[in-house]
Parts: sequence; structure tokens; C-alpha cells
Amino acid sequence: MNINNIKKQFPIFNNKVHNNDLVYLDSANSSQKPQMVVDRIYDFYTKEFSNVGRSVHYLAVAATNLYENTRIMMQKYINAKDPNEIVFTKGATEAINLVANTFGQKFLREGDEILLTELEHHSNYVPWHYLRKLKGVKINFAEINNDGEITIESIEKSITPKTKMIAITHLSNVTGAILPIKEITSLAHSKNIPILIDGCQGAPHLKLDMQDIDCDFYAISCHKMYGPTGLGVLYAKKKWLDTLPPYQGGGGMIREVKKEGISFGDLPNKYEAGTMATAQVIAFGESIKFLNQIGIENIEKHESELTKYGEEVLRKNNSVKLVGNPKNKGSVLSFTLDGIHAHDIATILDEDGVAIRAGHHCCQILHDKLGLSATARASLGVYNTKDDLDKLNESIYKCKKIFDR
Amino acid sequence: MDLKELYQEIILDHGKNPRNLRKTENFNKDAKGHNPLCGDKVHIFLKIDENKNISDISFEGSGCAISMASASIMTDLMKEKKEKEVKELIEDFLKMIKESPEMKTKIISENEKTKLMSLSGVKQYPMRVKCATLAWHTLTSAMNNSQEETNTEKFD
Ligand SMILES: Cc1ncc(COP(=O)(O)O)c(C=O)c1O
Repeated sequence: MNINNIKKQFPIFNNKVHNNDLVYLDSANSSQKPQMVVDRIYDFYTKEFSNVGRSVHYLAVAATNLYENTRIMMQKYINAKDPNEIVFTKGATEAINLVANTFGQKFLREGDEILLTELEHHSNYVPWHYLRKLKGVKINFAEINNDGEITIESIEKSITPKTKMIAITHLSNVTGAILPIKEITSLAHSKNIPILIDGCQGAPHLKLDMQDIDCDFYAISCHKMYGPTGLGVLYAKKKWLDTLPPYQGGGGMIREVKKEGISFGDLPNKYEAGTMATAQVIAFGESIKFLNQIGIENIEKHESELTKYGEEVLRKNNSVKLVGNPKNKGSVLSFTLDGIHAHDIATILDEDGVAIRAGHHCCQILHDKLGLSATARASLGVYNTKDDLDKLNESIYKCKKIFDR
Repeated sequence: MDLKELYQEIILDHGKNPRNLRKTENFNKDAKGHNPLCGDKVHIFLKIDENKNISDISFEGSGCAISMASASIMTDLMKEKKEKEVKELIEDFLKMIKESPEMKTKIISENEKTKLMSLSGVKQYPMRVKCATLAWHTLTSAMNNSQEETNTEKFD
């Protein structure tokens, strides 16, 4: 795999940032977009645009086929059984809200418990929090160990007879810990508990096989997978989508509407009310093609090598403290610098064209636990190189120099 | 714009060793502020005497160098000022940070103005303006006896 050729497919890297080459280390936040994805949006709007699923004219039929084709591509990409198990949403956030809302409505009662982990992004906590207020359910958090990992033991310890749902991240967007989701799923199922995986950080970097993992729900953020913003995917086993009530009401998701009552449409329309992000869905098909052309195994290998290199380089830099030390780690390098706040680091790095994120990364529970108000985070994508990590390291030295004046 | 202008010596000095970082004994006004974007937190304590003079001002909190320096320089300047003067200074400072090239107030010396102007470097970094203004908005809340936590997302 030739990174230079891959990087050339991303037009953003033709631009300078503060007169420097862009060193983009914020892919856990959102990835950059390859030309083929950008072109697809342009082509769709200029040559093929129509709303989907509504009209019988030529363009409408063609657009509907393109839209449904992405669903099938995604089904194959994650090895779902049925294309109807793929629901398009506005993001992973909406995917998780969909499950929390509909599952909560139908199955949860006062006193029931939901098990999350201390690693969760606010998107996989706040939607469940509503059920606290609405239904009087209790939320428990499985605890991290000293390396910033969640072990199967930690989950097992936190399950009680009242646990009715387990919702956990696949890969922490702060410590980089990859959770043993297959084992946790099997543990959950042995106790008849359904499980949702927040796959935002897993999907862009790891091979996904829903038959192998066997989880009930898997939430995906397309903009982190080299795809457009405003789009997410909820994978859900068909038995759940058949059983759960609809989420939003509106056009497209109904069968019959009378003054006395309404009957709802079949999958996948049941969960896709209103005009969907049509252009984004169609362009996301190109993101899947892009990933398939390189091969997710190659991406995993490349990013894993880079992560090791990044850890090595940063460990040699005495002022850097890495956050978390998981054995099975994704391409996220969170760190702190003695005496320099993360936001000052990010501003100084930015001057060199090095884009990182600083803050709590939507994980306040975790930062409280770690006793940190903010961390700096460099996260990798397929286009990153060792050179990027060297530049990161140089910029960190510069930071120290400015502050130690 | 050079980074050195943002991270001037005076800012690093106040940022690393903030003055008045403590809690005023027998304070009679206080307010908390929070910058959700950065996680900067500040809690301002005031002691205002019967003549409406600020006899003491202090703060507790944590955050980036800009927010700490801003709170440090601000509290230094506000000591022994009258309530009315404090309000005028806050207004003038916020105007300077947002749009005006200089501070117009006559209450403080040119030397003191220069100190405050050192914070104007944030103008080039729109995401960091809130770091510089947090303490000032929070001071307004304290003066107004506002119970609600100041949240920088609600301003600008
Ligand atoms: C772990 C995790 N969960 C959820 C989200 C939210 O995803 P989206 O932006 O698609 O709503 C993110 C992205 O910020 C994330 O990193």
C-alpha cells in the first residue's frame, strides 16, 4: 500500500495551513474526504438529482436505486444478514438516540438498569440519561483499569439481574482502548441482555463482521469513515427493527394514514421518516469503495504500525505523558504536557499546520475519573505517515520552548 | 500574527503564576464561570465594602494560560476600584477584545492598559477569545449577584 498515492486522493492536502503543509491528526473527530466522495456529491447534484422513493419519473427511480445500492454495499461491508438491517440516520448520535428512545419506550420500566462504561462518548450516555428522567431507569458505569481499558471482568462485575441493556464503545476515542466486544456480547447474551456497540471509532479502522460479533445494535458515523457529514448508520438485527416502535414520524415511513389512525411502513422505511440525506448516502457508497480498494486489513496494519511509532516517539519526549496504556490500542494518542494546558498546546501546534484536538473530547466522565480537565489528542487516518508524527513531536518541543521562556 | 504575540512573557508569567489565586475571606459576592469548549473554570470572590469599593478580589479555577492570565491580571487591576469603575472597565475590556483597537477608559494608567492589551492577541484565534473573556463575564455575574453559572457559550 502506497501512502503517497492514497494521500494524493485527498484534495485537502493541496492546501497550506498558516503556510505549512497540513498535518491532519484529528481523524477521530472527523476524517478528510477523498476526491471520489466529493465528486460523487457534485455529480449527483449536477446530473442525477431527484428525491428518492417518492416519484415514478426517470430521475426518481435512478436516485432511489443509487440510494438503496449504498444500503446493500454497507450490508456487505459489515456482513449484515439483510440490507433492511441497515438504517440511515443523521449520525451515530441519532442512531443511538433511536435505540435508546424506542427500546426504552417499549421495554424499560422503573428500576431497570442500563450498563455503560466510563469510556463512553456523551453520545452514548446522554440519550440513555433521558430514560432516567422519563422512566426512572438507573445507569451504571463499568470502571476502567489503570491502563484505561475496559475488561470483560469489569463488565461482568457491573451486570445485575436488573441490567436490561449494555451500551459500550468499540474503541475509546480518548485512551484508544479496543474493547473485547465479541466476548462482551457473548457474556451479555448468556444473560439475555441485548447489546449496543458505539462503533464510531471502530468502523473506520477495524474489520467489521456483524455475524462474528453478533451484537444487537452497532452505531456508525459516516463522516469518520471518509464519508460526508450529516450521515450515520444504525445496524440492528432485524428482530429488533421488527419489534421496536418507529422513532420519528413523517412522510415515507407510513403505509396508510387516516383521520382515525395510521399504519406504519415496512423496513427500511419505518425508521427513515422524511427526506433523507440522499446525496450523502449516495456519496458514502464511494467511501465504502475507497475503503475496499485499499482493504481494511491494510488500513489496520498501517495505522497500527503508525500508532506504535507515535507512542515510541512521544515516550522519548520527556515532557509528554500519554493518557492510557491499553494493550489492544487503536490509532488514538491522547497526552498531556506538564504545566501546559491542552488548549495552549493545540493553538501552538496549529501554527505549524498540525491539527489536533484539545479538550475533554465529549468524555467528561472519563476525564473526571482521570483527574484531568483536558487532554490533547492526535488521532490517525489512512493518509497519515511517520513524518506527520515527527512533525507533531517537533511542534511539542516548540511548545515547551515557548512556555519555558 | 506571531504566536509570540499571543504567548507574551506577561501572559506566560501570569498564566503560570496567577496572582490572587485564593479565596477571599468573608467575601460577600461570588460567581462561577465555565467555558464548556475548553473546560476552563473560574470562581470569583469579591469583598465589597460599605462605600461600594472592592476591598478584595480573588479567584479559584483552572484552565489554559490565556484564561488564567486574564483572571490574574483582571483581579490585580480591580482591587480598590469602585463598583461603577469595575463595570466601566469590564465594558471597555470586552470591547477591546472584540472590536476596538484600544481601550478608552481613563480609570487605569497607560501601563495597566498595556498589560490588558497583551490579551488582545486572542483576536487572531477566534476559538480562544472565550478563554480571555471568561473571568470578565464571571465578574459581571458576581457583581449582579447572579446565581447562574456563567457559560461562555451564551455570550458573543
Ligand atoms: C465514540 C463516539 N461516539 C459517538 C460520536 C458521535 O458521532 P456523530 O458525530 O456521528 O453523531 C463520536 C464522534 O464524535 C464518537 O467519537
